[in-house]
Amino acid sequence: MGSFQDLLFQLKRYWADRGCVIQEPYDLEVGAGTMCPETFLRVLGPKPYRVAYVQPSRRPADGRYGENPNRLYKHWQLQVILKPAPDDVVDQYLESLEAIGIDLRKHDLKLEEDNWESPTLGAWGIGWQVMLDGLEITQFTYFQQCGGVDLELVPAELTYGLERLAAFLQGTESVYDIRWSPAVTYGDVRLADEIQFSVYNFELADVPTLWQLFELHEKECRRLLDGYPNYPDKQRFPVLAAYDHVLKCSHLFNLLDSRGAISVTERVAVIGRVRRLAVGVAEAWLDQQGREAA
Amino acid sequence: MRPQRFLLEIGTEEIPAWMIPGALEQLRTLFEQLLSASSLGGSVTYADATPRRLVLRADGLAPRQPDTEETITGPPKAAGEQAAAGFARKLGVAVSDLVTVQAPKGEYFAYRRRTEGRPALEILARELPGLIWKISWPKTMYWRQERERFIRPIRWVVALLGSKVVPFEIAGVASGNVTAGHRQLGRKKIRVTAGNYEERLRTNYVLVSSAERENKIRAEIESLLAGTGLRVKPDPALLQTLVYLTEYPTALLGQFDPRYLSLPHEVLVTVMRHHQKYLSVEDAEGRLAPYFVAVMNTTGDPEGLVKAGNERVLRARFNDARFFWETDQKKKLADRVEDLRHVTFQAELGSYLDKTRRMVELVRELGGNEHAQRAALLAKCDLTTEMVKEFTELQGVIGGLYAREQGEPEPVWRAIYEHYKPESMEDAIPSTPEGRLVALADKLDTLRGCFRLGLIPSGSRDPFALRRAAQGVVKILVEGKLSFRITELTGGLPELREFFLERVRYYFRDVRGFRYDEVNAVLAAGWDDLPDVESRLEAIQAVRPTANFEPLAASFKRIRNILRQAEYTGGAAVEPALLEPGPEAELYQAFDGLRSEVEARRREKQYRAALEKIASLRPRVDLFFDKVLVNAPDQGVRRNRLALLHGLLEEFSTIADFSEIVTETTNS
Repeated sequence: MGSFQDLLFQLKRYWADRGCVIQEPYDLEVGAGTMCPETFLRVLGPKPYRVAYVQPSRRPADGRYGENPNRLYKHWQLQVILKPAPDDVVDQYLESLEAIGIDLRKHDLKLEEDNWESPTLGAWGIGWQVMLDGLEITQFTYFQQCGGVDLELVPAELTYGLERLAAFLQGTESVYDIRWSPAVTYGDVRLADEIQFSVYNFELADVPTLWQLFELHEKECRRLLDGYPNYPDKQRFPVLAAYDHVLKCSHLFNLLDSRGAISVTERVAVIGRVRRLAVGVAEAWLDQQGREAA
Repeated sequence: MRPQRFLLEIGTEEIPAWMIPGALEQLRTLFEQLLSASSLGGSVTYADATPRRLVLRADGLAPRQPDTEETITGPPKAAGEQAAAGFARKLGVAVSDLVTVQAPKGEYFAYRRRTEGRPALEILARELPGLIWKISWPKTMYWRQERERFIRPIRWVVALLGSKVVPFEIAGVASGNVTAGHRQLGRKKIRVTAGNYEERLRTNYVLVSSAERENKIRAEIESLLAGTGLRVKPDPALLQTLVYLTEYPTALLGQFDPRYLSLPHEVLVTVMRHHQKYLSVEDAEGRLAPYFVAVMNTTGDPEGLVKAGNERVLRARFNDARFFWETDQKKKLADRVEDLRHVTFQAELGSYLDKTRRMVELVRELGGNEHAQRAALLAKCDLTTEMVKEFTELQGVIGGLYAREQGEPEPVWRAIYEHYKPESMEDAIPSTPEGRLVALADKLDTLRGCFRLGLIPSGSRDPFALRRAAQGVVKILVEGKLSFRITELTGGLPELREFFLERVRYYFRDVRGFRYDEVNAVLAAGWDDLPDVESRLEAIQAVRPTANFEPLAASFKRIRNILRQAEYTGGAAVEPALLEPGPEAELYQAFDGLRSEVEARRREKQYRAALEKIASLRPRVDLFFDKVLVNAPDQGVRRNRLALLHGLLEEFSTIADFSEIVTETTNS
């Protein structure tokens, strides 16, 4: 059975062969591969696009100090966007499982209803969780809306949970026992990361500082978005930079949440603030794309 | 022309299991409507489905519609040739095509328009796309263009009438005679005929019949557990989900480490049922056993891979649950009350701490003892636990289990455990007096709070599940024999009282099955005390079949009408001196004699006896109406008679308003 990195190589190769741009992880903290500009922005507008990338995804509240064999602060997703979704998208997905060495004739595979929604991104879609022998290995979503905008070309988003798949393939009980490479385990590579960030996220992150950072990024993003309508050369306007600040806000929100600093009432309000920024970016981006096409 | 068979298969990506039965019902109805609207005859043989296909078969369709003839009548013959020409021109036919018809008023020009019936193939091709789009789903998506919405993408369509394809296009898919087999085990393209469809699919690992799939699962469970002394916990809803989640189901028996049985079984069952869709297994005494049944969507598991995989997943889930349990025990429920300050109940209604305080107060007002008040104080604390954050469906239950673990007395932990009950009309109410009070306080607080803010359910919008809350209150009051006054419980909110009336009606009529007129009759005589309403209903139900009852009810209706017509609203006492000897005086004497007896029975809540007494008046009432003219010429006599009838009606309508009873003689 191959290593964790073999799994990554195989999936990237598979999707590269099906016309995907193979991207590298986005270089900011994100909670899910969906948040990367390669998904969030590319699914907007009329241009077809196919992309696949591995994205380490940070969810501060899910950290367990490296003590839980299945829960991680940061897990690896393989994110695939096929825009528009081809008619045989489910078949293509199933073949990717064969490509990583799963003989589907010997396993139980079910597509169970699971609709996806991200209130912070104003995004939602219809789809399934893919269950392999009772294990959820992939979230499969037909995007319907992103940044509050109905999508012109409906993309399929495939999000593979890589640790789960690797543990399944290698038959390990704990993610930390997964062989990353033939000689090195997942624990060797990542355990310190899990422990230290659990300590930071749950214990040491300074709440007032996090709030300040949140507000700074929000302000900078807002400043940029407010400047867009009057900016003379729209093609050159840094919508992408504005979006980076949205991602920062989103991550800071998650951190504050894991510190227990956000009450349920505030929660809705803060999500609304991030969402407004995301929607503003989506609108500016669409406008920019429209001008490019014209 | 021979009648023909019809087959429709809508091939889709995986449809959510729970939506399938509703969709099939619609498909069948829509197709039956199409058959009858287009006069094609025939009938639906079955409508069935797997996750990837909705299938409808019909038989006996006419190959074409019957021809029809319709007569269009024009101007009278007397209007002459010119009128006839105009009429013909309007219809676009020659004057020579017109005929003359005889009508009661004379002869008229007319035209007999013959319409040739159209071929069934053509009608179906035209109508089927619209029919398919018409199926409504709880949540839809688009995948090509926004106006084409379905539950999941349509990928193929088989439509056959006899040996011919019914040609149409839907969502970019052309209908044909090619279906698809099981995703992993079957062929991707399979040519079928109306004759071999099910068989061809069977050899490609798709069992079209949901009943057959269900039987297969049942039979396999039986053989897996044969001789073990174990059985599966009955769970028809989960079984149906599994039937519609698979095209070729096969059951497997898995096991888990018996040490996990030390965790609360509620948690284990929730993990198995809700998260993994496994059936739980119990021994002959109903104790949870360390096994589960999973249903695969494939033919078998010869190498044990699927079993091992499922067991591994379950182990990880149970480990999580154990972790949550241990973490949560570090802080007692009683120490979590203050933490509820940070859990919002509703923006304007405050936090769960506010709600908790109101609940405790309400329980006290309702006469709750110390245990009930303690339970109300702790009831919502489990919202701050890891276990409930993970398994929200176990709120309340987890709180109860933790309270037990932490040494709270049984009346307290049981009340917490059960305070969300009844969760549906089929669910039982809390089993203890303390639990009932806490459940009432919880639901009433939500209802009062929301109604005060004007958050009143309308149509299908009921985000706070207020209907269920009110329904729960009604069920607890009636079945718990709690005679709290609705007027007081509803906190002086007239809309809330109205809302309850609806729920009370629904409960007695639809849940308990009382006849609607009996419910109307009893509620019209007051409904502030629900156990009392129930007693009165039962009395009416018991007395209704007796000979005197319905005729008497009819007479009461008559009395009401007479009083209404006379615009008589009461006030005067009956003057015995003005009574005419005979039926009138006798009725009065009988009435006067019964009055105190009926009242005594009523006070003792001997409603049946009271009603039987009232019903015994019937011959007197009948005789009165037979022999006595209410509208006597003498105004004094007339008013006295009205007073008598009014007294009768008033006095005897305190258990039920008989005039609400619908009888065969009512309309006479």
